Amino acid sequence: MDLNTIWFLLVGVLIAGYAILDGFDLGAGVLHLFTRDERERRVMMNAIGPVWDGNEVWLLTAGGALFAAFPPVYASVFSGFYLAFMLLLVALIFRAISFEFRSKVDSPGWRRCWDVAFGVGSAVPALLYGVAVGNVLRGLDMDASGVTTTLVGLLNPFALLIGLLGVAMFVLHGATYLGLKTDGALQDRMRHWASAAWVAFIALYAVSTVASYAVAPYLFENWFSNPLTWVFFAVLLASCVAGPAAVRASRFGRGFVASAAATLSIIALAAEGMYPRLVPARPDVANSLTIYNASSTPRTLTVMLVIALVGMPLVILYTVLIYRAFRGKTVLTADSY
Amino acid sequence: MDVVLLSRIQFALTVGFHFLFPPLTIGLAWLLVVIEWRGWRRGDPTWVRMGRFFGKILALTFAVGVATGVVMEFEFGTNWAAYSKFVGDIFGAPLAAEGVLAFFLESGFLGLYLFGRGRISKGAHWFSILMVAIGATISAFWILVANSWQQTPAGYVVQNGRAELTSFSAAVFNPSMLPRFFHTMDAALIAGAFVVAGVAAYLVRRNHEDELARRALSLAIVFGLVTSLVELFPSGHLHARQVAHTQPEKFAAIEGLYSSQSAAPMVLFAYPVTPPPELKAKVEIRGLLSWMAFGSINAPIRGITAFPPENRPPLWLTFVSFHNMVVLGLYFIAAMAWGAWQLHRRRLWESRRYLMLLIFSIPLPLAACQLGWMAAEVGRQPWIVYGLLRTSDAVSKNVPAGDVLFSLVLFGLLYLLLGALYVYLLVREIRHGPPGPEPVPA
Ligand code: HDD
Ligand code: HEM
Ligand code: HEM
Repeated sequence: MDLNTIWFLLVGVLIAGYAILDGFDLGAGVLHLFTRDERERRVMMNAIGPVWDGNEVWLLTAGGALFAAFPPVYASVFSGFYLAFMLLLVALIFRAISFEFRSKVDSPGWRRCWDVAFGVGSAVPALLYGVAVGNVLRGLDMDASGVTTTLVGLLNPFALLIGLLGVAMFVLHGATYLGLKTDGALQDRMRHWASAAWVAFIALYAVSTVASYAVAPYLFENWFSNPLTWVFFAVLLASCVAGPAAVRASRFGRGFVASAAATLSIIALAAEGMYPRLVPARPDVANSLTIYNASSTPRTLTVMLVIALVGMPLVILYTVLIYRAFRGKTVLTADSY
Repeated sequence: MDVVLLSRIQFALTVGFHFLFPPLTIGLAWLLVVIEWRGWRRGDPTWVRMGRFFGKILALTFAVGVATGVVMEFEFGTNWAAYSKFVGDIFGAPLAAEGVLAFFLESGFLGLYLFGRGRISKGAHWFSILMVAIGATISAFWILVANSWQQTPAGYVVQNGRAELTSFSAAVFNPSMLPRFFHTMDAALIAGAFVVAGVAAYLVRRNHEDELARRALSLAIVFGLVTSLVELFPSGHLHARQVAHTQPEKFAAIEGLYSSQSAAPMVLFAYPVTPPPELKAKVEIRGLLSWMAFGSINAPIRGITAFPPENRPPLWLTFVSFHNMVVLGLYFIAAMAWGAWQLHRRRLWESRRYLMLLIFSIPLPLAACQLGWMAAEVGRQPWIVYGLLRTSDAVSKNVPAGDVLFSLVLFGLLYLLLGALYVYLLVREIRHGPPGPEPVPA
């Protein structure tokens, strides 16, 4: 395996890590829009309170890694999605401050405002990530200066479909996580949300796969030649069977593993279809950015690999320890938000 | 308006606003390492309560720091695409390293610190604030590596239309890296000391028997005095020497040296006017600048007119910002020295005017930080990467000016709101005071 491929994998791992970890707290944020009373809202926010920022760092690191390993991709995609990105950043800002700000003033109106900021600040990114992925899969309008798609152009039906798939996936994951952290009536409702989200997720994935074949047939070239496809599919199928069953039986731990595995496998399948392209160009595929024509020098890739190999095991080690410290049902204490 | 100007304003606004928070985060985190250590080792409830109180201020500040930092991480790609393509091979690595080696550490352990009380042992709780402080320091290190490389590029070769890495260690330890890191870190410690001092001064004025406030004030004054002294010497001095050696145009601009001369003067006060560039009403010490920068009173230094006009940075802003930073630095030393003297004479708790002064000094280190960055970054103009790439060539060519104007207005309004809310909540938290003496089971 060459360095460029290793970095393709590593960026993929960071994106998948982000989708799995921040995925559940984005989903929890969306579900927070549908809660009934103050205690429930507080339980939900505190269930993710100590860990959400660490989860968001997966996004920052993925962005940094993309910048370091494939600078032209970082530059073209981010400038090409300019307005969408600004919208995303504003949403993330509101979301980030809503935790601290909300708990500081004990007035219903104030809290209502931050509830909306938190919920919408989670729903907008949840949708936009899928839209962005949809557009990249479909291919971007590019000339020599970079991406030329407009904001309206980004909101094409295929991208919106992938956006909805993303929302379903995050809600599913969030409901399952909250099932793990709550009890009583709230937990029951989370079970229902998770079951419904599984159905939506499976249906939307099926439709998206067909639509992809129509919009971006090249994605399937690797599928049939690479045996890994069947492994990813097997994992996806297994989790789509085991996940709903686990949720119905209130075995949220297993359910969480299943929705994480489903997330991982659909990302792996998409990445496999893309490889070795990073940004397919329309109308002229010759302008496409690939892991070879858009990479940093081997020296930089090597240095970065060393940093990743030293840093990431440590990150995973203490992340596990921190999650362990907060295991069990969420209880509200004097320190809570 | 053109995209370059709008993008510059937007970058200055967003990074300037972001940088109001990191100094407080870093400074408070290190002070909390001391406070929590005493709470843990001495089992003394006063220190424990102090930790909880300043911990809340840290949490609020950290939240806004995170919210505004995320913008910065992506702005290189959105607004400076040509720049990102040119420098990516070198500049991306420190940014990614910051994520892997610092942000995970900071954010993970902050959660544990804020919510872990009672779930983890007291020692582990102290360890978590230590990790937050170390994480914030590593984060400052890597982002300043990136910035310093822009100021004084090293360890690269320009080929294939971009800067390519030839030596990672030369790029990381480029000539301005260490001076900048120590200067900025120490600035953050000063900012932390002034917040703790100002807040404690407020509490002492409210109740001068308050043991918690007295201890916090003493700690902050000692801490503030040492860090303020270090900021002038050796840190500020070495930093200025480095600029003189590596960025002579910038040095001429910030020092107000407009014509080349030997025995160049250190300008203490002046008002710059252009054109032609000239200092009005100046107070200066002859030869001092030559001696400080090059070790000899008679050393010749190139003035700004020795450089081609297209390579000169703006003169007014660089001079004014740099000199005001230095004035503030001298004020910090004086303010903290006075406090230490009063503390020594056991008059501190009754010096109500001085305590009031400390309260009003809370934002001044942040002002000094902003001024310092202005001197450093505006002084680097017209280059985005000194000597290699001009700011005007660095912008995203596919983003229309209208889009940038829109985002600029959006961030302007959003940050106004955010700043107002932050100050409101901070003042509320401080008024509320530390938690009561009956200890929450730790
Ligand atoms: C000297 C210190 C320093 C400087 C110059 C900057 N930052 Fe910063 N940044 C920090 C010191 C810091 C910190 C201390 O690590 C923060 C600040 C407040 C906080 O809570 O963490 C942080 C937070 C922070 C975050 C959020 C991290 C998280 O989610 O935990 C991001 C993405 C950035 N920063 C990115 C940037 C970029 C791209 C900058 C340059 C343009 C920048 N920062 C300048
Ligand atoms: C955090 C404190 C910082 C402040 C307050 C600050 C301030 C500024 C200001 C005022 C400008 C506009 C200069 C002009 O256009 O005349 C600027 C530009 C810029 N700075 Fe900084 N800066 C900071 C840190 C950084 C860091 C850490 C980096 C890189 C890692 C950086 C990279 C840039 C870039 C890319 C530009 C845009 C291009 C330019 O106008 O030169 N800055 N900054
Ligand atoms: C007391 C005398 C001081 C001197 C002689 C001094 C010197 C300098 C110099 C020469 C620079 C410019 C570096 C460049 O352009 O690349 C600088 C930048 C800066 N200064 Fe100061 N400084 C002093 C005090 C302070 C104080 C008190 C603070 C804040 C509390 C501060 C914060 C900064 C910051 C944040 C920067 C920009 C980052 C950097 O380039 O390091 N300085 N200082």
